[in-house]
Amino acid sequence: MRPILAALIPALLAAPASADWEALLDAARGQTVYWNAWGGDPRTNAFIEWASKRTEELHGVAIEHVKLSDTGEAVARVVAEKGAGRDEGGSIDLIWINGPNFLSMKEQGLLHGPFVADLPNARYLDLTPGSAATTDFTVPTDGLESPWRLARFVFAYDTARVDNPPATTAGFVDWAAANPGRMTHPIPANFMGATFLKQALIELTPDTSVLQEPATDATFDDVTAPLWAWYDALRPNLWQEGRTFPENESLQQQMLNDGAVDFAVYFDPAAPAAAIAQGLLPETVRVLVPEAGSIGNISFVAIPFNAANKEGAQVVANFLLEPSTQARMQDIEVLGSFSVLDPAKLSAEEAALFDALPASPALPRLEDLGPTLVEPHPTWMTRIVEEWANRYTE
Amino acid sequence: MRRDGRLLRMVVLAAVVIGVIAPVMLGLWETARVAFGILPAIGADTISLAPWTMLAALPGLETSLRLTLVTGFGATLLSLLVAAGASAALYSRPRLVGRILTPFLAAPHAAIAIGLAFVIAPSGWIARLLSPWATGWDTPPGIATVHDPFGLALILGLMIKEVPFLLLVLLAALNQLPVNAHLAAGRSLGYGRGLVWIKVILPQIYPLIRLPVFAVLAFSLSVVDMAVILGPSNPPTLAVGITRWAFAPDTQMLLPAAAAALLLGGIAGAGIAGWIAAERFVAVAGRWWLRRGGRGVSAEPGLSTATTLLSALLALGAASLLALALWSVAWRWSFPMVLPESWSGATWNRHGAQAAETALTTLGIAVVATLAALVLAVAWLEGEDRARRGRARWAEVLIYIPLLVPQVAFLYGLNVAFLRAGISGSHLAVVWVHTLFVFPYVMIALSDPWRRLDRRYPATAAALGSGPTRRLFLVKLPILLQPLLIAAAIGFAVSVAQYLPTLFIGAGRVATLTTEAVALSSGADRRIAGLYGLLQALLPWLVFALALLIPLWAWRHRRGLLARSAS
Repeated sequence: MRPILAALIPALLAAPASADWEALLDAARGQTVYWNAWGGDPRTNAFIEWASKRTEELHGVAIEHVKLSDTGEAVARVVAEKGAGRDEGGSIDLIWINGPNFLSMKEQGLLHGPFVADLPNARYLDLTPGSAATTDFTVPTDGLESPWRLARFVFAYDTARVDNPPATTAGFVDWAAANPGRMTHPIPANFMGATFLKQALIELTPDTSVLQEPATDATFDDVTAPLWAWYDALRPNLWQEGRTFPENESLQQQMLNDGAVDFAVYFDPAAPAAAIAQGLLPETVRVLVPEAGSIGNISFVAIPFNAANKEGAQVVANFLLEPSTQARMQDIEVLGSFSVLDPAKLSAEEAALFDALPASPALPRLEDLGPTLVEPHPTWMTRIVEEWANRYTE
Repeated sequence: MRRDGRLLRMVVLAAVVIGVIAPVMLGLWETARVAFGILPAIGADTISLAPWTMLAALPGLETSLRLTLVTGFGATLLSLLVAAGASAALYSRPRLVGRILTPFLAAPHAAIAIGLAFVIAPSGWIARLLSPWATGWDTPPGIATVHDPFGLALILGLMIKEVPFLLLVLLAALNQLPVNAHLAAGRSLGYGRGLVWIKVILPQIYPLIRLPVFAVLAFSLSVVDMAVILGPSNPPTLAVGITRWAFAPDTQMLLPAAAAALLLGGIAGAGIAGWIAAERFVAVAGRWWLRRGGRGVSAEPGLSTATTLLSALLALGAASLLALALWSVAWRWSFPMVLPESWSGATWNRHGAQAAETALTTLGIAVVATLAALVLAVAWLEGEDRARRGRARWAEVLIYIPLLVPQVAFLYGLNVAFLRAGISGSHLAVVWVHTLFVFPYVMIALSDPWRRLDRRYPATAAALGSGPTRRLFLVKLPILLQPLLIAAAIGFAVSVAQYLPTLFIGAGRVATLTTEAVALSSGADRRIAGLYGLLQALLPWLVFALALLIPLWAWRHRRGLLARSAS
């Protein structure tokens, strides 16, 4: 009963919506929003299913989750549609997106908007220029994508097997030398593998301000030299001597569960606790955050320029910003991803939704997570991934 | 009557050319345009070789090419050797062999691959059976048995699927040969059974199984789902690389992806040409070898090795499918436990409804595609009957085209064309593309029984005054009920197994058990992957069971029909 009431409160208390928004709600009624979102996490999939039920009840908007194995699939599809001259009635209405995929679509003019400021729930966001909710890997979002979940890079390890985890990402060189073959990372072509390298890059770069600028031929080699020296020292002691890597973080979690390696990586501090609850990891697994903090970012939803159901897509984007929705997402039993809303903008009742959430021994508290390191400009990621492939593909 | 036959033949030929061949050619054409720099959507609108130079500069391309060649040719050659060898031991019991092999033929590639990945993994079933008592491993050993850099796991997975297929094709071909007479003659001249098989039988049946061998080769060179699950990842095979580049965030990668797709088409073409050249060489060398007249039992060990390998492959396949079933009802199952520590219905409870919905979509697509293919095949064969002559050789090859051109080479381009037509992402488009692959298999399965039908039945009916339509529906189709249903079941299984066509043409909107199973195979939860993999195999099995049971029921009072059609 509580979640339904909680969901209704903001709807009832909200200031009368503008006439524009009312018109948009009318237009959206009856639409089915094809939300293209990475489908590798069953909990996210279950959450999207729940969201579909709610938006259907509240606004008559259904969500069809198109499960991607890589967000690039959706970008490629919009490109193909544009190439075929399909400028309206496109097959994708909403994309879970960030980083290089966003930059690519933004640069090619493949996105609808700006629309974020017109969402009624944008009032809960800190939209001052340069804030986390308006910046995606240092690229201004310009209102072309709406925040929905917060991500933080963390490691997980099995305390039953490892009692001296390294304090920093850089420290994995010594740890792996002492425990050869027991550490790996997702392949850098995968987002999480690239994030592992970026985390190391930030830790190894004395002045990180250079990472906020686009990478250039002039800066790239100098700045990344320590990264490659570190990686050359680490790689021989990785699993399979660093010649084979898990395709993504899910497969690495399975390897941690099997005991094939001793570490897993996540972009969600609550994921290990959730995996334990689902019987997918031993109960002795705990989260490890590098001493100096870890990379964090907000991921977003965007609407392609040719979306068939733009109105419905905006209704969904707005629904995702409801305090009750965000509180449900932060619930460890649901998603456990921290809220993107600005706590200062929540009313007492809304803030209480977050305070009432349950805890778990494997779930770190917000204060355990240390400082959030900002994402480098997307060009760094693209170049690091390319350079890694050039150096280490045999 | 002749004119009637000609009209039917023209209509069927037109339907095959427009419905089956044109999409392949159109897709190839569009892919080629992108491969030479024409993709206006990303601002590429001048003909250039840039995609090829981009492709050449991609890291690991050489390794990818080598992997593709090794796994593609390796799997085909090994499968053919094992199937040819095993056929010598099993030719006299085709019904029994058929019964044993059918579950493997029907199980989709992805289901076998997901199960096999668990069976042979360092943390998998085989390692668990031996650990820690025999191996001393408390944690899985650091060896690569899945995703190994040589592609051996991929070859093994392909063989589990291809050996049963080739063996069944071989047994069907052997049916047309007086095998026992040859064997008796050979043995009385002092040749062992193995040498008779190699020197007398195989040269006669090889021409009959040539096109299926080429289909296996083209498939093995371009397989994506199995290669994602079992093959190396850094770099992967060319087909997986193409899929990856086609979906890369940097849309410029579409250009080298198309070039690579075209290259893969060229490799398959050159591969088939090379295979034909090798055939010639073997024919010449073989003749010399035959004339030397070596006798004896020197080939016997080879044949028994092949039979042993067949048994081992089937055992691995069976273990793979069993592993799927166990995972779907497991809760915790950690290394080195041979069986799950705790069991649970949670996976079925939580995901059963969603999976059932996906199964229904899969079923719907497969049923429509199979029916379309069946109608086309019957019309084709009936056209031959009415014209009272067989098709030209080129027309036979025409049917095989969708199986001989690597899928990835034309699917990207075909999707561009479908987008322009506004049907991409629709169930219709997916059904259509599935039919391209279902039709050839239905034709392979149906042609022989159809042509072997005793002509005296329709002749008697004609003498009693039945026209061609009456003869078709009241005489031929009822007699051929069982082969028709078996052909339908094979077509159904082919449709259920389609991965890349569903992914590309379905625009991600059409989720089948196969696309879901492949996506879940790269997830953290073997239990859900097991559930989807199991359902994926169960669906075709159910249809095969129906195909065997329906004639039993329908002809329960006409046992003569059963005996005839079952032969």
